[in-house]
Amino acid sequence: MSGPPLALIVGATSDIARAVALRWAAMGWSLILAGRDMALLERDAEDLRLRHGVSVATRRIDALDTASFPAFVAGLPGLPDVVVCLVGALEDQRCAEADGAVAERLMRGNFIGPALLLGEIAHRMAARGSGVVIGVSSVAGDRGRAANYVYGSAKAGFSAFLSGLRARMSRCGLRVVTIKPGFVRTRMTEGMALPRFLTAEADEVARVIADAPTRGRDVVYAPGIWRLVMFVIRALPETLFKRLRL
Amino acid sequence: MILSGWGRYPSLDCPVFQARHEDDVRRLVDGRVSVIARGAGRAYGDAALNADGVLSALPMNRFLAFDPVAGALTCEAGVALDDILDTFVPRGWFPMVVPGLRAATVGGALAADVHGKNHHRDGCFGDHTLWLDLLTADGGVTRCGPDRESRLFRATRGGMGLTGVILRAAIRLRRIETAVIRQETLRLADLDSGLDALEASDDWTYNVAWIDCRASGKGFGRSVLTRGEHARVEELPRALRADPLRRSPPRLGTVPCDLPPILALNAVAARLFNEAYFRASRPGEALIGLDRFFFPLDGLSAWNRLYGRAGLLQHQCVLPRASARAGLRALLNRIAATDCRPLLAVLKRMGPRRGGFLSFPIDGHSLALDFPVSPASFALCDDLDAIVADCGGRLYLAKDARMSAATMRKGYPELEQFAEARAAWDADGRFRSRQSERLGL
Repeated sequence: MSGPPLALIVGATSDIARAVALRWAAMGWSLILAGRDMALLERDAEDLRLRHGVSVATRRIDALDTASFPAFVAGLPGLPDVVVCLVGALEDQRCAEADGAVAERLMRGNFIGPALLLGEIAHRMAARGSGVVIGVSSVAGDRGRAANYVYGSAKAGFSAFLSGLRARMSRCGLRVVTIKPGFVRTRMTEGMALPRFLTAEADEVARVIADAPTRGRDVVYAPGIWRLVMFVIRALPETLFKRLRL
Repeated sequence: MILSGWGRYPSLDCPVFQARHEDDVRRLVDGRVSVIARGAGRAYGDAALNADGVLSALPMNRFLAFDPVAGALTCEAGVALDDILDTFVPRGWFPMVVPGLRAATVGGALAADVHGKNHHRDGCFGDHTLWLDLLTADGGVTRCGPDRESRLFRATRGGMGLTGVILRAAIRLRRIETAVIRQETLRLADLDSGLDALEASDDWTYNVAWIDCRASGKGFGRSVLTRGEHARVEELPRALRADPLRRSPPRLGTVPCDLPPILALNAVAARLFNEAYFRASRPGEALIGLDRFFFPLDGLSAWNRLYGRAGLLQHQCVLPRASARAGLRALLNRIAATDCRPLLAVLKRMGPRRGGFLSFPIDGHSLALDFPVSPASFALCDDLDAIVADCGGRLYLAKDARMSAATMRKGYPELEQFAEARAAWDADGRFRSRQSERLGL
């Protein structure tokens, strides 16, 4: 590899994404920030350039517009060495229960869009024979809870997709990493009552993501305590689980 | 969320909203009876508390532009001075004015119009601000500075966030050759010789004196004066010249929790500390890292916990030059007559530069004291207020948690102009803090 690594951050205006970008820029990496709001992306890009003197490009992408993905990937300044997808949509579960359109948006924004996009990029990386693909899923995908199952089912689909992609690509020199954050204090969860003990700051999760390319792990809970929490939650028998208010 | 200032007194349950962008600020300001912006929470008292709503500017922390010809940095208000140092010291730039706590944000430094050890030469933070963007009560954004909307600028710098929310600012940085300060230390045997030495040090860019507030006797008001200049490359020992802009901030660790009352800093600890400090301060010249020079307390993270759960009171006053000597003597005598001992007493020269309507410095001497919160400290601070008022001095709003509205009115003759400017931009008093309500602003 000549020059610094090139990383593509999809969903780059999120709080976690910005913290990841700051960490990689501090390491001297070149970055491509992709998201919907070009004005915000450009401002973040300039901040990264001023702080760390790295090269930062910006690209527009809408995770719901799957037809645009091939052109998006073809239009990148280069095929990235690392891609991380932080696209996520959270809407009120009760709206999603009553309105199929809301539920569909959740499923498309959390599963179909991210999965197809990473699939597209992984396919091209496989042809080159190297690359790291990082998908940010959620602990919510480990078991469908009454309070959050529409979002959770989309994340479950995404996790399963990443798992399969990892198995397929392990023979092509690609690494696929699944990150499963628990509760994180971000714009997405602002105003929600989160359990203090289990709630992480955006930068803690960003550190896990930023380290993922150099660590050898496949599925990473962020923070690690969630591996234990979800192990217990998954182990509960369904007859008991359905009565719990989780 | 229970919030307090850096002194941990008072605390108040405040709803906190994270402002990531200008639109967030507008939405939050629009939807609330009253609100106050908050940066890093380094004001000591209740300046950034409001039970109706506190708007955290910390997520607005982007650098927006840098002009290396003019040394002008444009950034969002939530950028910490520490962030600026991390990025720009290695490139040979340093803020024109820095306060003693480097976590402070640009917005906070402007709202308090902070000063450093160079006020006698360079004035306040606001004196090196080219412009700032202020979101006002009507949701509009007004750019103000020394040469445009200057009345709004004078009300906003030092205005403690009461005119609106500072979104962005352009500030000037100075060129430095090294991350090192050439420091000279002098020990002065009593108050008068200390003041003489301080006044004779106006040619130095930076100077500050620490005073021992011990009871009485021959060493009454003895002090240690440190003066400093940014070191030039050729002043460094050969080994450091290869990488002269490298910072080496001391990291002594973090205070993990509130010290229990028995261990928390008290009069005995203060006495021991002050004796040790005096003895450890060797007169002479030294080269020290700029972090140690400007931010000696920041080496120990969360050092405010040393004062225990009750917190600490800062009392910082400035006395006009004419009455400073007698005034300082009266203040030190008053302290000596009680059991309260400040751990740190810091004396600075302030220059004649006039800033905003509520900017703290006036031509004279400033004395900063800190006390653990206790009924006795409150009583003592009230007495000190009276002495300050008699001398025609004033107290620093960024440190204040307790002064009375009457003390404030006496000390700040430009309060009227401030109130007029504020009324013109925010007739309903949308921007309020617990401090502004206490002071009847």
